[in-house]
Order: sequence, then structure tokens, then C-alpha cells
Amino acid sequence: MKKAVWLMVFLGLIGFSLALAQPRTVKVGFVSTLSGGGAALGIDVRDGFNLALRHLNNQLGGLPVEVIVADDQQNPDVARQAVDRMLKRDRVDFLTGIIFSNILLAVGDAIFEEKVFYISPNAGPSEYAGEQCNPYFVNVAWQNDNLHEAMGQYVQTRRFENVFLLAPNYPAGRDALTGFKRYFKGRVVAEVYHRLNQLDFSAEIAQIRAARPKAVYAFEPGAMGVNFIKQYAEAGLLREIPLFLPGFSADADVIRAVGRGMVGIYNSSQWTLELNNPINQRFVEDFRKTYNRTPTLYASQGYDAALLLDAAIKAVGGDLSKKDELRKAMLAGFNSTRGPLRFSPNGYPIQNYYLRQVIQQPGGEIVNRQVGTIFTNHRDAYVDRCKLR
Amino acid sequence: MRWIFPTVLLGLLLAFPPIAAAMGLEFYQGLLTKIMIFALAASSLNLILGYGGMVSFGHAAYFGLGAYTVAILMREGVTSGWVIWAVAVGLSALLALLIGAISLRTRGIYFIMITLAFAQMIYYLVVSFKQYGGEDGLRARRPEFGLFELNDTTLYYLTLGVLLAALYLLYRLVHSRFGRVLQAIRENEARALALGYPVFHFQLVAFVLAGALAGLAGVLMAHYTQYASPNLLAWQQSGHLMMMVILGGVGQFWGGVLGALVLSLVEEILQDLTIHWQLGVGLILLFIVLFAPKGLAGLMRRGS
Amino acid sequence: MPPSLFIEQVLNGFQFGLMLFLLAAGLTLVLGIMDTINLAHGSLYMIGAYLTATLVGVTGSFWLAVLGAVLGTALIGMLLELSVLRQLYRRDHLSQVLATFALILIINEVVRMIWGSQPLLLSAPEALSGPVEILPGLYYPAFRLVIIGVGLLVALLLFWLVNRTRVGMWLRAGASNREMAQAMGVPIKPLFTLLFGVGAGLCAIAGAFLGPILAVQIGMGESILILAFVVIVIGGIGSIKGALVGALLVGLVDTAGRAFLPLLLSRVAPPEVASNLGPALASILIYLLMAVVLFFRPQGLFPART
Repeated sequence: MKKAVWLMVFLGLIGFSLALAQPRTVKVGFVSTLSGGGAALGIDVRDGFNLALRHLNNQLGGLPVEVIVADDQQNPDVARQAVDRMLKRDRVDFLTGIIFSNILLAVGDAIFEEKVFYISPNAGPSEYAGEQCNPYFVNVAWQNDNLHEAMGQYVQTRRFENVFLLAPNYPAGRDALTGFKRYFKGRVVAEVYHRLNQLDFSAEIAQIRAARPKAVYAFEPGAMGVNFIKQYAEAGLLREIPLFLPGFSADADVIRAVGRGMVGIYNSSQWTLELNNPINQRFVEDFRKTYNRTPTLYASQGYDAALLLDAAIKAVGGDLSKKDELRKAMLAGFNSTRGPLRFSPNGYPIQNYYLRQVIQQPGGEIVNRQVGTIFTNHRDAYVDRCKLR
Repeated sequence: MRWIFPTVLLGLLLAFPPIAAAMGLEFYQGLLTKIMIFALAASSLNLILGYGGMVSFGHAAYFGLGAYTVAILMREGVTSGWVIWAVAVGLSALLALLIGAISLRTRGIYFIMITLAFAQMIYYLVVSFKQYGGEDGLRARRPEFGLFELNDTTLYYLTLGVLLAALYLLYRLVHSRFGRVLQAIRENEARALALGYPVFHFQLVAFVLAGALAGLAGVLMAHYTQYASPNLLAWQQSGHLMMMVILGGVGQFWGGVLGALVLSLVEEILQDLTIHWQLGVGLILLFIVLFAPKGLAGLMRRGS
Repeated sequence: MPPSLFIEQVLNGFQFGLMLFLLAAGLTLVLGIMDTINLAHGSLYMIGAYLTATLVGVTGSFWLAVLGAVLGTALIGMLLELSVLRQLYRRDHLSQVLATFALILIINEVVRMIWGSQPLLLSAPEALSGPVEILPGLYYPAFRLVIIGVGLLVALLLFWLVNRTRVGMWLRAGASNREMAQAMGVPIKPLFTLLFGVGAGLCAIAGAFLGPILAVQIGMGESILILAFVVIVIGGIGSIKGALVGALLVGLVDTAGRAFLPLLLSRVAPPEVASNLGPALASILIYLLMAVVLFFRPQGLFPART
């Protein structure tokens, strides 16, 4: 018993001295999914973010940066504990990194209550876009519905009689099909939600086969996407019933795993490899060189998150206590891999959405190619319900 | 003389929050709160596992139920802390009564399995309610108590008070006739039966009490994290609580408290050092099971 | 519901059930003969999947990789038995639960140290990555048919081993009454190491074949482990036949929950609710079945003990 008490006193002293010993740097807490089925996404965001920091000489707005990384293991409980530690013990200035919307919704309130800015490089729940919008929330990627709205629009123009919809049963999955249906006006023959992180789609594929739809639209990020597409192909459906996907389910991580079967699939994205601006070109080239793989949209989002912070901190002259000015600076926009990027008052971006197709290049490499633009200067559908200005 | 050490310890615990606030160590006040909550849960398990010899692999069910009751009642508009506490503890006790009444008719490996089965049923049942968070869990706002406001600091003192009260209750219980009979049943059930003791009743009472206390720990956990997570109901959580009991000392009075303290500290320290911290926890647990089965309390007893 | 959908789902249930059987078979014999709870059984399944994924990269052949993984996992299993499990035979169930729980944590982290946190890619062999027309108009993925085939083959081999060989006779004797078997001269200790190795090998087969369908990731053994325990309780601890029947039952209920129940429920509830309630009901049903068996017939459907 005595030893335990001394241990605790010792611990307390360590914590105290650690708290005192830091020079004034920008502390960024990076909580992301770095293990499990969604790991590829978190790792891409992290690598993109780190690459940007390297390009910025490990500074944000001129101040030295300390990044504290934690793996949320795609578990809201683990995420909460990590965020709690970062807010209360490490006292971070900014938080970022979360991939999955259900995880973000579990920790968001705690972050906003501490008046810490959360820069989302991925998760864009509709909950934070409308009535519950928050001044401490900025999303540098998209609002969850957006990429699906774009595909809904595209599939609508292709005039399919009916469509079978599939998504995981969690906030982003529901947002996805809501967004798709906002622009696809044809008949929805079935709207199926399956368990998040489910990997065996035999039941859903059997349902698709029985329903005989003219097309299938599925939102399956990460390992779910890999497995669904592989199993869809193994069932012989890929050549029979055209499959349409959002960029999440058809980017380099999924292509790497599925391979040639993906050639020909159309998908939507807010970012492409070919976007013609110096920031993107440097990003794509250096990412390939540094990490030996093609960047995904997730990586570009991580990269942009760092660029946003850099621009905003520079604008307030490094004074992080000026919360209002920081917010104004962030919403004013910055130069990203997608060109100049602006924001709505709810913190979500206003941007173009492109149509991509998976092709096989002459050298054999399978990549996404930008083949069209679906939306220009597109806002999210919830911004009018947000009372922030 | 014996009272000096516990008194000093108690004094430190009582004085910690203002010290922490002054030094900016609020995080550690929270950590202590969490440790005390687990100490309560582990001690409740120790009653039936250590003193009663009932290897319940489903204790997390009561722990998690306590937390979820808080979250759900707050969600449905019940904001009185007193009511919520009464309902949560009552429900946990009721659940323990139902599960115990059935499970205690089995023995050995079957008892372990059936308690696991019931806990899994509760888990899947709770998680199936999407309107209450499903697999993501549910926010649990802090209720009103009228006399005081429930914030991080008052929660710390509240938890300390509850833990001390529970430990006092357990102390009186295990040193009473009830406690002696319970241990006798653990040692030799056939003999206890032959002597005319209503074994089933004794075990059931212990089981219900343990469930109620675990439910209370769950309530405090919901207040602390302001969240009800399905993890609290998972079988791995039952394993986590069992780890604490064996680490601290099965059937030793301070087993639950010691185990909760040491395991939580080990987890906290190792987590900062390496992402492979669970390896350390696993090795420590394996070592204790193989070489120090009486746990830390047992080691310390031998030492002094 | 079209009959083709029904048949397809029943096949899915069989496929999952047979893989579950591979895990349950080893587990039931360990628990039945040596009265030892081994929670680390799921970890052997994980190791089998990881070894398969790695060896496919090395040898380029799925089948060679499976062979290598089975041998490697069997070896690891036997080493585990000789080092840790042996210490637990004389101990109480609580110690066994906690020690093997510790093994889960340790093995998870060792795997993470060797292979990293990201899941590994394991694909079915090219030749099997398309559908087969099993009935006119009814297509089913070739790989899943192979899984069913492999599962049935292993089940037959196990039956032959347990019922037609001397070693099998020793196993049945040990499961029925260990002390008597030992007294009659059955070499229990080396037999048991061998048994553990075989059980580990079976886990590896399950891991190798489920890996391409699910994912090869840390912790993949934990969810299937609990189901394996449900299976052996329902089937009867110590009984291979019970493990098979129990596994098929659980596999079918699980598939019914994911496929049929949501369809039924979608008539009365919105899609998000139906998709959610179906699997939940199936899981609750599985554990309810387990509890009922434990209460009324604890020795299971096909008791091994005399």
C-alpha cells in the first residue's frame, strides 16, 4: 500500500514538471484510426499532414509545432480517453485527425467545451452542419453528403431506372444515402444498412442479386470497401450490374487491394491527382517520393489541414488566444491542393466535385483519372440551418 | 500506530483536488476518480469471486447497466441524480437477482459460461438500441442533486465517499457470520450443505449485493466520463475486472482496491511509453497468475 | 423471397459454420479432456491468418501458404502448450481464464510488433475468384464453395481420426474419463501436446480461409472465440460431433439474423432499424440458446462425458 502511494506522488511530480518544462510551441493533437479496418485512411491523413509539416519546416504560422499522435482504434471509448488526455494533460491548442463520424460525434462536445479548435481532415457529419454547428469546428475536406450528392447527380444523368443502395449503419453511412437521394430522382429499389466494420457481405450480395437492380451505389470506406468490391466481383456481379462509388471506396488504397477488377468504375471526389496548381503538384510528387505510394484523397485532406492551420496562425501573428480572429482567418480561406478554398459559416468548404474513372495506364499502373466536373462551387445542404455567421 | 498510515493516506486523498487545481494537475484528479471507481467495481467482484468462490465472467453487465441507466434516464428527461442513482442501483440488483437465480444453479465451468452468456445477451440487447447510441455509446449528462452541483471536483469527493462507505460495508460483511459462511461455502460446499446452511440463498445474496455495487460503480463512471460506452458491457471488461482482482489478491480484503490502483497506473504509464503497452499488461498478468496467485496483497502479507 | 436467395444464404450459413467448427473442434477436446479453458485459441486462428498472408507473398501460391501456415501454427501451438498451458492443467478455472486472457494480450502485441497495426491483405487464389453456376441460374462464389468443401473434408478426417484410429480412441477415452484413461496406460501428456498442435492447425485452416473474406487484423480472434465457446457448450464439451452440429446451428442462426430477419423486419420497420435489429436478435438468440442448454442440459446435445 505504501509503495503505491509513493508511486503516485512520484507520478504527480513528473506530470507537474512536464507541464512546466515546455517552451511556447503550437501543440496539435492528432487522434486518428491507425489500426484495424480503417487504418489505411488514418495513416494516409497522418502522412499527408506530416508531409505538409515537412514542407513548412515543421512550423505552423511561424511557430514550432509539436504533434501528439494517438490511435483511436476506431473505438469511441479509446478516442474519448485520448482526447481527454490531450485536452486536460497535454493542453493541446488544436485537435485534428479523426476519420470516422461516429467517433467525432462522441468526442466533439468535449473539445468544443474546452474552446479548442477541431480541424476535421475527414469526418463531416451533418450534425455539425446545421443547427448544431459550432464556431470551433472547421472541416477542410467535405460535408459527409457531398461526394454522394455528386454521384447521385451523375447516376441521375445516366438515367438508370432503379438503383440499389448500400452503406454501413453509422452517421456517415446515413448521410451518404441521404445525399445520394437528394440528387438521384429515380426509383430506389432497396436501401440497405449493414453493421459498421462488417467484412462478410454474402448476405447483402445475395439480396442485390435477388433484387436485380439496374445499378448499385455503395458507400464502403476502407476495408469494408475492399471486401465488398472483391466479393461483388467474386459473385460475378461486377460485370452484370454496374457499381457506382464515392471516391472513398475507389481510391488508391482500395485499388491497391482489389486490383484490375476496379478498372472502369466511376467515382466522385473533391480532389484529383491531376488538379493543376503548384501546391497539388508538389504534394503529389513529394508524397510519391517520400512514401512510395500514390496519395489518396485522404492524404490530400491531411495535407490541407496543416496548410489551413499554417495560414490561420500566420494571419493572427501567432497569438493563439485570439480565438475569434483565428476563426475568421480560417473561414476566409487558404490555398490548398484544390486551389483557393473557401468556407461556409458552418465551417464546411465550398468547392467543386469531380467525376473520376479508374483506368489502367499503359505502364500497367491502375489509377483514378479525372474525367469531368459534376458540381462547381457547391455548398452543403445544411448551411442555412446554421445560425453562425 | 496502525492507524497512522491509513489516516495520512486519507488526508492526502482529501487534500488532492485543491493541490491539483493549484498545480494544474486536474488530469490526475480525474485519473484518481477513475481508479476509485474501478476499485469499487473490483471490490464488488472480489466479494463473489474471492470470498464466494463464484467465478462470474459477466460482472461487466452490471457495471455497464449502471452507466447506461444514467445515460438513458437523462436522455428521457429524468434529471434528478437521487432518482437516477436509486433506479440504476435497483436495476443492477434486480438483474443480478435474475441472472444469479438461474446461474447459481450451475457449477464450475458451466457457471463461468452461463454468466458470460447472460452478459453477452445484455451487451447485444443494449447495443441494438440505435436511439440509445448503438455501438457508439450514449452521452450521459450529469444530473442535478439539488444540494450540490456535480462537477469534476465534487464527483471526486462523492466517489471517495461512496468507495469508503462500500469498503466499510464489505468489511463488516466479510467479518460477520454471513461472510464466514460464504467463505465456508467456497472452501467446501458439500460440507456447508451438510451442516444445513442454505447455500443457494447465501450465494444469491452475495451475488445481488455485488451486482448492486458494480452498478453503483457504473453510475459513477457515467458521471466521470459523461458517457455510457458499450465497452463497459463487453466481455473484455469482465476480464479487465477479473484482472484487477487477481492482481490485487483474490479473497484479500484490499485486493480490489490494490488491483484497480496498480493496473490503472500501469496502463497509464505504459501507454505513454509504447503502443505495445498491452504486452506489458499481459506479461504482468501472466506472471501474477503463474507465480504470485495471491496477488499483490498476498505478496505484501508475506513480506510483512 | 426467391428460392435462389434462400439457398445462397443457407450455403453462407454452412460456410461460416464449418469454419467455426474448425475452431470449436480443437477447443472442445482441450476443454473436454484436460478440463482447461483456453481463451488464446482465437489467437492461434489469427496467427494462422497472418502466416498465410505472409507466405502467399513469399511463395506466390495460396495452397503452399496454407500448408506452411498450418505447420507453423501447429508448431507455435505445441510450444505454447509445453511452456504455458502445461502449468495450467492443475490450476483452477479462474487462473486458466486469466492466464490465457493474458496470452491474448501478449500474442496480439507480438503480432503487432512483427506485422504492424494495419491489416494485411490476403486474397483468394485467382482461379477461385469468380462465381460457379451450381444450379441453373444460381451462382455462388467459387472460393466459398471450396471453403465448404475443405470444411467437410476436415470434418470427415477428424471423424475418421477420432472414431477409427487408436489415437482417436485414446482421445475419446480421455474425454470420457481422464483418470481412468491414464490408469489404463493412455499416454496423456504427449497425446495432449499433439492434440494441441492439431487444434492449432485446424485454427490455422480457418484463419487461412476466412482471411480473404474477412480481414487479417489484430484482434480478429476475439469475436470468433466467444462464438466457438457457444458452439462447444451447445454441442457438448469434448464431443467432435457436438462441435459440428453446434457450429452449423450457430452458423445458420447467425446468417439468418443477418439475411432473413432484416428482410422480415423491413416490412414493419424503416431500413435503418431493420438492418440493425436483425443481427442483434440473432446474437441474443445464440446466447439465449447457450444459456438454455447450460441450464437444462449442461453436458450439451452430444455429451462426451460418461
